[in-house]
Amino acid sequence: MKSEFRTCPKSGLVFHRPAERLIKANAVAAVIFLAVGGLLGLLVALTRWPAVQLLDAQQFYTVLTGHGVVLLLVWILFFEIALLYFCSSVLLRCRLATPRLGWVAFALMLGGAAMTAIAILQGGSSVMMTSYVPMPAAPNFYLGLILFAVGALIGTFMFFGTLVIARDEKTYEGSIPLVTFGALTAAIIAVFTIACGAIVLIPTWLWSIGYISHIDPLMYRLIWWGLGHSSQQINVAAHVAVWYAIAAIVFGATPMSEKVSRGAFFLYILFISIASAHHLLGDPGLSSEWKIFNTSYAMYLAVLASLVHGLTVPGSVEVAQRKAGHNRGLFEWLRKAPWGNPVFSGMFLSLVGFGFIGGISGVVMGAEQINFLIHNTIYVPGHFHGTVALGTTLAFMALSLWLVPVLFRRELFAPKLAKWQPWLFGIGTGLQAFFMMGAGTLGVSRRHWDMAFTGSAFEWAYPGMAYTMMALNGVSAIMAVTGGLAFVIVIVGTVLFGKRSDVPANYSFERPAVLRGPAEVLSGHGSVGVKGFPAPGTFVLAGFLLLVFVVYYFINYGYLASVWKFS
Amino acid sequence: MTAIHPPSSRIWWKQPVDRVELVWIGIALVWCLIMFFFMPFWHVYGEQNYSGEAYRVTPDQFIRKTNEFVAAHTVRTETDRNIPVVRPPAGSDVYLLARLWAWHPILELERGQTYRLRVSSADWQHGLSIQPINLNFQVLPGYEMVLNITPTETGEYAVVCNEYCGILHHTMLGKLYVVDPAGERSDEI
Repeated sequence: MKSEFRTCPKSGLVFHRPAERLIKANAVAAVIFLAVGGLLGLLVALTRWPAVQLLDAQQFYTVLTGHGVVLLLVWILFFEIALLYFCSSVLLRCRLATPRLGWVAFALMLGGAAMTAIAILQGGSSVMMTSYVPMPAAPNFYLGLILFAVGALIGTFMFFGTLVIARDEKTYEGSIPLVTFGALTAAIIAVFTIACGAIVLIPTWLWSIGYISHIDPLMYRLIWWGLGHSSQQINVAAHVAVWYAIAAIVFGATPMSEKVSRGAFFLYILFISIASAHHLLGDPGLSSEWKIFNTSYAMYLAVLASLVHGLTVPGSVEVAQRKAGHNRGLFEWLRKAPWGNPVFSGMFLSLVGFGFIGGISGVVMGAEQINFLIHNTIYVPGHFHGTVALGTTLAFMALSLWLVPVLFRRELFAPKLAKWQPWLFGIGTGLQAFFMMGAGTLGVSRRHWDMAFTGSAFEWAYPGMAYTMMALNGVSAIMAVTGGLAFVIVIVGTVLFGKRSDVPANYSFERPAVLRGPAEVLSGHGSVGVKGFPAPGTFVLAGFLLLVFVVYYFINYGYLASVWKFS
Repeated sequence: MTAIHPPSSRIWWKQPVDRVELVWIGIALVWCLIMFFFMPFWHVYGEQNYSGEAYRVTPDQFIRKTNEFVAAHTVRTETDRNIPVVRPPAGSDVYLLARLWAWHPILELERGQTYRLRVSSADWQHGLSIQPINLNFQVLPGYEMVLNITPTETGEYAVVCNEYCGILHHTMLGKLYVVDPAGERSDEI
């Protein structure tokens, strides 16, 4: 069978026609779910703003469940499937494996997501995304998630299949690109994640229809977090790959060292995919030895991997900028960066926000004893808005602002709005994360309709500052949702109304040129940088991150030392 | 070549690594090791640890034991719902039951004394959150968690449920008093 390809005249990317259609479909579905989930998120934040308290309790718990499922699972996974097809078929100039099966996968994901969404909207499944047993949801809540996961698994295996075809048909020379390597990391973690999902959700579904009598709540939590946390590690691997891709697209940046960057991705596979233990640090029935070992694997090598990417991604940008002539002092490369280009600004805000807000808070609350100060407070959603909203979602948005015009052969709609979009969304979600973490430090619970406890047998008042923080979280959410809305307007506008490219698509059955690396062998980064350090500015920034990290870690242990004693 | 092209050297793992990267990996690894060792260190030198002690228990067993405990040590009741306030002997086993949507009973503990606090759920999952000190634990049905707890300051504390447990989750609020060993409870937090 012959395959149809087109080469994009601007980007030089090669699109296999069936792959192109599938990427479009998955990306469009992703953006629609992002819009829905973002709206639900606004309702959540406005309800948790004590002076507003928009929804009643029942609506709130329903909307919160929907917000979690739609954004943490549906939006992200649709986008990631599009990303996997892109990183295999497009980047390797290869035909996509089994494109028809891709439509089956798409239908399963869409149908599954719809089934779960309907179950939630009917009101009988307000069990939060985690659906902890023995609190029951409607059977279709679980079944929809299972179908969705099966679809995502098919898409993941199509990615593997495409890699095999590309190698077999020699569509590229040497090794796969770093970005594809990152996507491969994400795909491997995805297989583990979806397996955990199947192991936990299939019995739970059978329990919900009365076929199984009992599911142990601790066992459920242990395996569910193999799904719940590992899926966030798919995101980390995927958005780090997107950071590298954007550094390459915007700056033509070369990875500082392929060995270091690939080694760091490899550490993700080995050390984070089963680390769901940090969700169980406050649980009964697990020993401290188990908790300490499984939250860290004795040396936190997954954290090390993220710290490495935190240096090498901006480091590669710095080296590229210095080579382009911005070589003065420590930070000229950063000052002269294209801050008005939303593809770059989105990526850089995602990088900085993920490191300083999402990353530090995540590792600190994953320390066994510090977790007692944070478990189930609104600090936790604060943390993961720093990782998933500010980190992953903003990185995906930034890539989309470049990819969607290329994919649909249209010019970006409303470029001025697009220019502001990453700033609104990035700063909005960053502030949200910050204020939620602040309120959580003061004890405010997550997943809680009324921090004033109206209707309880007793009275209890959180400090006034906690109320202020929750109000500021609401204000920040309005800003973030405005940024999200700007993204949806720009993307939907581009797809529907963007100015069409004058150049025809020129699909052809000719085999695309083989993807080659350059002929010369690089040994270093030439004469840029200071004192043998090619990226001194990045090194200083990374050192600052580590300093904040260390100080914040010990501040938490310091506070812990002042509370009640327990053993 | 860039990250969206194959690496320039075919044998990319032989490409030399920049000094900046090596130095950073070294520093970061040292910090990762410190973070790991700090957790066991705190078990030895810190005073806020949970050993993991827990037992299997059925909700019925735990409810029965809680009721016996309440019957034996109730000193007064509070509010028009007559919620019992229980003052157990110092050092004894103390029961706290989480159920939809209340904490049962109200405990009155002495400052500086160590109690064996036993917590479990009668129904769904709950979260034990003691405010304003902000200590948080997961409460699971079928598991009896044992915390050897030593309150260090007197006052009136709130027991919040911070694991979502259904439609009236936000009304699940309990109370806990810590009083001076002399017997008089101070009214200030």
